[in-house]
Amino acid sequence: MRGAAKGVKGGPVMAGKRKIGRGVAIVGAGMSNFGMFPDKDSKDLFAEAFRELMDSVDKGLDPRDIQAIWIGNFSNDFFVHQAHWGPIIADLTGLAPRAVTRTEGACASSTLAVRDGIMAIASGMYDIVLAGGVEEMSKRTTEEVTEGLALATSPYEGDAGFTFPGVFGALANAYFHKYGAGREHLMNVTIKSHENAPLNPKAQFKQTIRDLMEARKEKARKKGLPVPDWADEKEALFDPAFNPPVAWPMHLFDCCPISDGASCVLLVAEELAKNFTDDPIYVVGFGQGSGRGLHACPSLTSFEANRQAAAEAYGMSGLKPRDIQFAEVHDCFSIAELIHIEDLGFFGEGEAYKAVAQGETRREGRMPINTSGGLKCKGHPVGATGVAQMYEVWKQLRGEAGERQIPGRDLYVGATQNLGGTGGTCTFTIFERR
Amino acid sequence: MEERPISDVSYRKFIQEGKLMGSRCRRCGKIYHPPRHFCEECFGTDMEWQELKGEGELTTYTCIFVVPPYMAKEGYGRDNPYCTGVVTLSEGPRVVARIEGVDARNPETIKIGMPVKAVFNRVGEGEEARTYLAFRPA
Repeated sequence: MRGAAKGVKGGPVMAGKRKIGRGVAIVGAGMSNFGMFPDKDSKDLFAEAFRELMDSVDKGLDPRDIQAIWIGNFSNDFFVHQAHWGPIIADLTGLAPRAVTRTEGACASSTLAVRDGIMAIASGMYDIVLAGGVEEMSKRTTEEVTEGLALATSPYEGDAGFTFPGVFGALANAYFHKYGAGREHLMNVTIKSHENAPLNPKAQFKQTIRDLMEARKEKARKKGLPVPDWADEKEALFDPAFNPPVAWPMHLFDCCPISDGASCVLLVAEELAKNFTDDPIYVVGFGQGSGRGLHACPSLTSFEANRQAAAEAYGMSGLKPRDIQFAEVHDCFSIAELIHIEDLGFFGEGEAYKAVAQGETRREGRMPINTSGGLKCKGHPVGATGVAQMYEVWKQLRGEAGERQIPGRDLYVGATQNLGGTGGTCTFTIFERR
Repeated sequence: MEERPISDVSYRKFIQEGKLMGSRCRRCGKIYHPPRHFCEECFGTDMEWQELKGEGELTTYTCIFVVPPYMAKEGYGRDNPYCTGVVTLSEGPRVVARIEGVDARNPETIKIGMPVKAVFNRVGEGEEARTYLAFRPA
């Protein structure tokens, strides 16, 4: 019990002590297009992702070799009135009657699927596992989706009239008050995401803010209405007609969209990885933490679950924040990106907003964040998001990210941070190319 | 001495009666709001009710313009936003609650750190009547 009680307050007990029992690598990955697809259901989306995964295994995959499946899904029960998605996906992929397990951690559901898959392989129970996620949200109205997502807030927050954007709005105000940041700093996050997304063919929104401003002007011209004369992106984003408030200071362009999508990765024991590809991506650290809601957070400018997850993953991998070359983080709302990159140690407390303003998180910057366009622009089908983040890291590390490939450097270490609910579940996973 | 079981159900009943109640660990004295079954500090399991004064300061807030259905019923919406926030009580614990008596249409006029006091408001009629907790500038 050495240090057990101190673990919660003084830093994770496990940090640096637990190693993965048997190495695990990703040898294939796939993701559907993200967006709102009236003519596709969850099965179609997962089929799209699984098809790409099979094609992505360099030396070929016989799907019959897959021994078990983990599938993340937050709330298709609510969104499309169908629960128990595990066997549906096993059947779809032709892998029934193999074991399948659904994981639920709100917007972090599919990272939990990967985590379980890693532990199953590390334990020796299985050698080859399919892990992924799916969510189908767009068949519901915006009000219904808002209600569905709010199921994952802390119970007391709902009583007080908090919505999902509301919780992040409250965190943003706390961050502004503590560090002197403002809405213009959140806009830097949004503008950067909109710069990356047009280079991602699977992204939901492929327009820059400037593209959207031009489209709005064109529409005004055609309708004979006054044409806005915004000088730059921020002037447009400060205009409530272009960017209306949702939950102050969260405005429309601070919030990720409603999306449908699916994603999956193929996990194998390290000693088998070269049978599948000469270029596997190894999982070298993973961590997960839990959080308690706004009333009990030790800090309103940090997620305690993030800090737990990061300490575990860094401890397991032996790596430090400075060793991570790029990351996908859970920017469900713009403020979340700033908080995450501080919690993960990429930037000091109260420093992220300045670093983002200086372009350090752009593709060409010192620490590229969300080269995929992030949740804001790539889309956020909640149960598929964690593994879609891993898909981006897989692409970047293998040099396969096309136009959005991080320029001018050899990439060896990337990471994903996934958040569920209002910080109730956070994960951090570190990947290495050798 | 209050004998109701320590639970969210009891807590919500107290709110209906206009009382803000937390729990206190009989072993180490730590006070919690909302009440907890177990003490996070010493893992003590013997809790008693503790009435809270309902005085504190505004720690952070947001003004909600895109409102959930149950707030729309009270007449809130895009043109009539409401404020909700986090209050740090003088006894230490924090509360999430609606913040009233502030200008939610002009969120920048609301000041973090301002003193606030609990109020218990009655809304709805007949079977739908209920009391909710809010805070107002003190």
